[in-house]
Order: sequence, then C-alpha cells, then structure tokens
Amino acid sequence: MNVEALKDLLYKIADDQLILGHRNSEWTGLGPLLEEDIAFSSMAQDKVGQSYAFYQLLEQLGEQKPDTIAFHRSAENFKNCQLVELPNQEYDFSLIRHFLFDKAELLRFELLSQSSYEPLALLSKKLLGEVRYHVMHADAFIKQLGSATEESILRLQTSLNEALPYALGIFEPSDLEMDIINDGIFAGEEALKERWIETVFTTISKTELNLADIDSITPIYGGRRGIHTEHLQPLLNEMTEVLNLDPSAEW
Amino acid sequence: MVITKDDILNWLEEVKDPEIPVLSLLDLGVITEVQLEGESVKVSMTPTFVGCPAMDYMKNDVIETLNKRGVENVEVEVSFETQWSSNRISEKGRLALKKFGLAPPPKHNLIIDIDVLSHVPCPYCDSKNTILKSPFGPTLCRSLHYCNDCRQAFEQFKPV
Repeated sequence: MNVEALKDLLYKIADDQLILGHRNSEWTGLGPLLEEDIAFSSMAQDKVGQSYAFYQLLEQLGEQKPDTIAFHRSAENFKNCQLVELPNQEYDFSLIRHFLFDKAELLRFELLSQSSYEPLALLSKKLLGEVRYHVMHADAFIKQLGSATEESILRLQTSLNEALPYALGIFEPSDLEMDIINDGIFAGEEALKERWIETVFTTISKTELNLADIDSITPIYGGRRGIHTEHLQPLLNEMTEVLNLDPSAEW
Repeated sequence: MVITKDDILNWLEEVKDPEIPVLSLLDLGVITEVQLEGESVKVSMTPTFVGCPAMDYMKNDVIETLNKRGVENVEVEVSFETQWSSNRISEKGRLALKKFGLAPPPKHNLIIDIDVLSHVPCPYCDSKNTILKSPFGPTLCRSLHYCNDCRQAFEQFKPV
C-alpha cells in the first residue's frame, strides 16, 4: 500500500471539511431564517468534528497531532479544493456551494466505505448517516428556491454558474491517483465525478435551473497541490487568531 | 468484594447523556462492550455523531462513575468498529425520550429520506399531523418539528 497516496487523500478530505466547516460557521447568527442559521451551524459542527476524525487517522499514520495539523500550517500546505475556501457571499452562493460539495462528499464516503484501508472504510460508513442529512437539506432548498420566484431562480443560476468550475476542482486528480485506485483505497476522482454529475443533474432537472454542459467547463484546479485563492490565508489567520495570542497556552 | 459485570452495568446505568439527562448511555446504545478482567474494566464506546462534543464528557463520566464505586482501573476505548445507529436506542430509552418531550427515532433500515421526517408522531399528543421545520436542531442529534393539532413545537431524536 502506498502510504503517501493514502495520506494525500486523507489530507484532502480533512482539509475540505475543516475549511468548509469554518465557512459554514460564519453563518451562525446571520442566517436568513432561524432554521437556516441552525442548519449551517450544525453542519459546521459536523464538518469540523469529521475533519478531526480524519486528522486522527493521519496521526495514526505518523503525522502530527490533529491540533497541530489543523492550526499550525500555512495556506500552501492545505490540500482543500478552492471551492470550500471561497467567501460565503450571499446565501444563494453558500447554498449552491453546500449543494455541490455535499453531494460529492456523500458519494465519496459511499465509495470509501468499500476502502481496502479498514479504518477509513469504518469512518466513512459511519459518516454516511450524518452527511445524508446535509444532502437532504441541500436538495430540499435547491428544489424549493430553484422553482420559486424569478429572483430566487436568477440568484441560484448565477451562483451555480460561478461555482461550477470550482466544484469540478473537487475532483482534481493527484499524482498518486493510480496508486490509490490500484491499492483499492479509493475508486478515484474520475469515478466520483461521473457519479456526482448524475446526482447533481437529477436534482437540478427538478427545478427551473439549467446545468451547463460539464465538458465545456474548464475546472479550476490547484487546491489539491496547495495553490489557493487569496481567501484562504485570511481564513486561517482568523481561525488561529486567539491561539496565536499565546501559542503555549493550556486549553 | 468481588465485582461482577452486572455490578458494572448497574453502575453504568447512572451515566446519562449530558444533553438528554433522562437517557443512560446504555439505553442510548453508545456503550458497545464491557470487559472485566480482575479489577480492571474496559468499556468500549461508539460515538453517536462524529462531531458530538458530548463524547468527551460521556467518556469522563464513565470513568468517574466507576472510580466512585471503587473501580480504579478503568479504560474507555472509543471506536467505530461497532457503528452507532439510532436503532441501538433501547425500548426503555425510547420511552424515556418520549416522556422527556423528544420524539424517539423510528426504527429504520438505514435508508432515511425526507418522508420519514415529515410526519413524526408528536410526543405530546401522538398526532401524526405534524411538519418538519428543519432537519437540524439545537444539538446534532435533533430535528425541529411542529404539531398542527396541539400547536406545539417539538424536537425529534433523529433517525441515523
């Protein structure tokens, strides 16, 4: 088994969760409805907790402690896709991002629950039940707002068009992709992407929204290799602001 | 005094979910195994939600409760090997939830869609004329509902 390939995969998943968890938490107290405020806050809590579980798997493979990994790296060492680090913008963009990302994540965990690396298979299987609620939430709101008023449809369509190239960046293959597949750890990003397109299309086709021809879109890659937008480092600075006041403090 | 496994289980009955104080960890189904070797006890636990902040409290409560009874050597292991699902909540636990005003999760075959959540029986009046307000509630394990008959907002322990 190529352990480096496995670690690379775990970093991608964990960093996606931590960063999107942080973005979701920015809705706490600001949601457009009380229920949405609670939903994004709950998903934030789920995602940060899930990232911790993946960082623990990395620790078992010889990486540093979860807190160190989470709070003491600079942007170029993060492997999250750029989609998750983009600012929340207005609610329509946050909702579209949540929809596109969580659909991919649920499918990823479905594939990983068959992983040859047992700790990863067990954790992924466990997370299916949690992430299903995230997808259920996203689907319900996309279906409602995607067929509601002229404004809601236009807003979601604009955000969908903006987010799609970044969403395709979720599936940026790593150099070690073949090792991951051959070792039976993961079916690979391409297999995941194909399933994802299908399920995204299924939901979108129940609305007034249009899904562009995916093949005509150039994916925005880079995140998986540590190339990020200008938005990630400020997010990390904010996340570690209190910690950095006194890095040696006991919590 | 010789400690038996039954003693341990009886004592563990005192350890409640910190967010739902009527539900013991045994009834919640998060304690998956209790092993007794001489004077050492090993308790295996499986988390409800991976991000549940109550997990650390539960772990410490188990250790403290057994320490108080004179069991010095307690080890708690948290693992995903046995996976928690809301189907693991006991009948006694379900009853306690209902009395507490929290609708117990329906037993399910691991496939949950929005329909399961949309007409949850009201824990106050048993009416099924209820609506789902949000699949997310005040804790990770609860959803928000409203009863059209007794006009009462209520929460459900989510089926997972």
